[in-house]
Amino acid sequence: MKKSTLRLSAPAKNKIFTYGLVIAAYIILRILISGGAVNASLQGMLVPICAYVVMALSLNLTVGILGELSLGHAGFMSVGAFSGVVFAIAMQDAIPSAPLRLALSMAVGAAFAALAGVLVGIPVLRLKGDYLAIVTLAFGEIIKSLINNMYIGIDDAGMHFKLLEAPALTGGKMIIKGPMGISSIAKLSSFTAGFILVLIALFVILNLIQSRSGRAIMALRDNRIAAESVGIGVTKYKLMAFVTSAALAGSAGTLYAMNYTTIVANKFDFNTSILILVFVVLGGLGNMWGSIIAATALTILPEALRQFSDYRMLVYAIVLILVMLATNNPTIKGFFGKLFHKRPAGEEGAAQ
Amino acid sequence: MKKVLCLLLAVLMAAGCFAGCASKTDTPAPADSATPPANNATPDAAPDADAAPAGGAFKLGGTGPLTGGAAIYGNAAKQGAEIAVEEINAMGGIQFDLRYEDDVHDAEKAVNAYNTLKDWGMQISLGSVTSKPCEATSAETFNDRIFSLTPSASSTAVIEGKDNQFQMCFMDPNQGSASAQYIADQKLGSKIAIIYKNDDVYSVGIYETFKTKSAELGLEIVSETTFADGADTDFSVQLTDAQKNGADLLFLPMYYQPASLILAQAKAMDFTPKYFGVDGMDGILTMEGFDATLAEGVMLLTPFNADATDDKTVNFVTKYQEKYGEVPNQFAADAYDCVYAYKQALEAANADAGMDAATLCDLMISQFTSMTFDGITGEAMTWGTDGAVTKSPKGMVIENGGYAGM
Repeated sequence: MKKSTLRLSAPAKNKIFTYGLVIAAYIILRILISGGAVNASLQGMLVPICAYVVMALSLNLTVGILGELSLGHAGFMSVGAFSGVVFAIAMQDAIPSAPLRLALSMAVGAAFAALAGVLVGIPVLRLKGDYLAIVTLAFGEIIKSLINNMYIGIDDAGMHFKLLEAPALTGGKMIIKGPMGISSIAKLSSFTAGFILVLIALFVILNLIQSRSGRAIMALRDNRIAAESVGIGVTKYKLMAFVTSAALAGSAGTLYAMNYTTIVANKFDFNTSILILVFVVLGGLGNMWGSIIAATALTILPEALRQFSDYRMLVYAIVLILVMLATNNPTIKGFFGKLFHKRPAGEEGAAQ
Repeated sequence: MKKVLCLLLAVLMAAGCFAGCASKTDTPAPADSATPPANNATPDAAPDADAAPAGGAFKLGGTGPLTGGAAIYGNAAKQGAEIAVEEINAMGGIQFDLRYEDDVHDAEKAVNAYNTLKDWGMQISLGSVTSKPCEATSAETFNDRIFSLTPSASSTAVIEGKDNQFQMCFMDPNQGSASAQYIADQKLGSKIAIIYKNDDVYSVGIYETFKTKSAELGLEIVSETTFADGADTDFSVQLTDAQKNGADLLFLPMYYQPASLILAQAKAMDFTPKYFGVDGMDGILTMEGFDATLAEGVMLLTPFNADATDDKTVNFVTKYQEKYGEVPNQFAADAYDCVYAYKQALEAANADAGMDAATLCDLMISQFTSMTFDGITGEAMTWGTDGAVTKSPKGMVIENGGYAGM
């Protein structure tokens, strides 16, 4: 009797643990910051960490839950970053409240990224095999080239858009200047905003996973033919997961961009996509709190290794390899399995 | 098998740690042991100099790409600044404690690097070496009231609207218009072709102002072609277009690597226009595997000339070659000048190293906007309140494998 109640509550326990982890981290950091115990280096990293956590969570939805490999997740981040910032700059006078402007910008970023997700997803998700990986890889590069050649300006007559060269403006100012990207962004992002975005992402993803649709998505991942045979629409559910993932990545992009005064398209290249994939794989496919911890640790690690100067990236790579080996080591896994009793069973189920 | 591999990696990592530590204590040692004897004041201070900076030293920090694709620029600036700091510390008087952090030519990493420097207690800043990272760090130094003088971040947004951000180099727009002015004044060509890199801030920035200024001066541009990152090895399409349109002058606002290929490919197709480059072209003669005869007759605008014969330049180039085994480029020279400009300003302001960053910031703003500085990248430089430098670019032409003034 007791055993069965325990098993039933495993996903719920997992959920509480994940939320608890994020909220506890936020409260502890807030206390430490007000006590002056956090140095500038870590404080400066808080917002990018939040953005990367959301990126990892959203990619985990595609890779871990939907079971499709996406190699262009940074492309959605880019779409969200640029559309969100353009909106924020255009609305600078119309919406004086900074938090409201940030929230609306994130919503716009998410909407544009979702649109891009639909455009990419509709043709590709109908196919079987590794097509999504190839197409998303190309998508990321296309977005990069497109934004590198895009010029958007604003003046009294409204927005002006042109490819390859700057449009003629009467007064006003340029927002996106091709390869020069966007300069002089008002820094609206804050740790609190990032924390709220992480919570929203968790709420959306965890609820999706445990809903009827989520079970359909996971059924597709586990056995497509069996799922189709019971009447699950492949494209619909795949698209649902993929577009949710893209939208969250878009809002993370806006959060990220608003933390720096300048943003260029080249930042969101293939390397960034792979970096986020590394967060997901390291944290465990389908394991949300694993993604959170991996994204945080791997963002802080290169900074913490600054004392190694020239050997920094070498040590970083070695640490990565060791962690990958350690997390796949049966002895260590067994040890943690004993430590947390029931957790590995629930985890393994989710990770499959 | 797995165990063995695991063990091996663990050993490797431990070795990596030690190698890292060893090099960290090693690198400063030669510099330290070189400085105190010249100082003659504290001959035994060498061992602990890293842990406890010499009393009364200004903490000078900067970020730059020390690793990755743009590392050549970051390392050059760092090394140039190191030489200047060594010389100044040896003179006695004002002392500097220099620290450079790696930003991998990325805005996010640059802000991280800047925050690390802030934790270290940086009082005055050398900004960032490259433009985009510097735009990000300049917003931070502006908010934190830390004075910043960047050696080489040339985009306008670095200094725009910030009273404590100064540049040692020309702004990109100035280079474009100065080039057009120069070509028009000297009547170097009547039909101009331009090849530029359309996903590069530097290249596009210069191209745009060059085009505007050319239109003002009535220069005729007959061909405009582009290339992008990753597609920068074959220029036959661009060169054919220029040749077909009868260009007699080819303007190349780009760094020297693609330029070297353009020169070689143009020669292979018997297209021999005059070439005009900007400061990114500096370095082409020392490039490995490049046939320097191809660059004969190439004209470029650059603030620094490593072959100049004045004492200051000769001294700098010799020291740089002794220490790092290569000819310094303009990034190194700009950083060298930055440190000397700081020295002059700090001396004039009677600043002492106990002052906090905000006080120093106000002092430096008033000094830099009023002083005149002579360095190796220009004589009688002055700064406006906007932070832009005024100095005259030198027109150079490559003759017999070296630079000669035009």
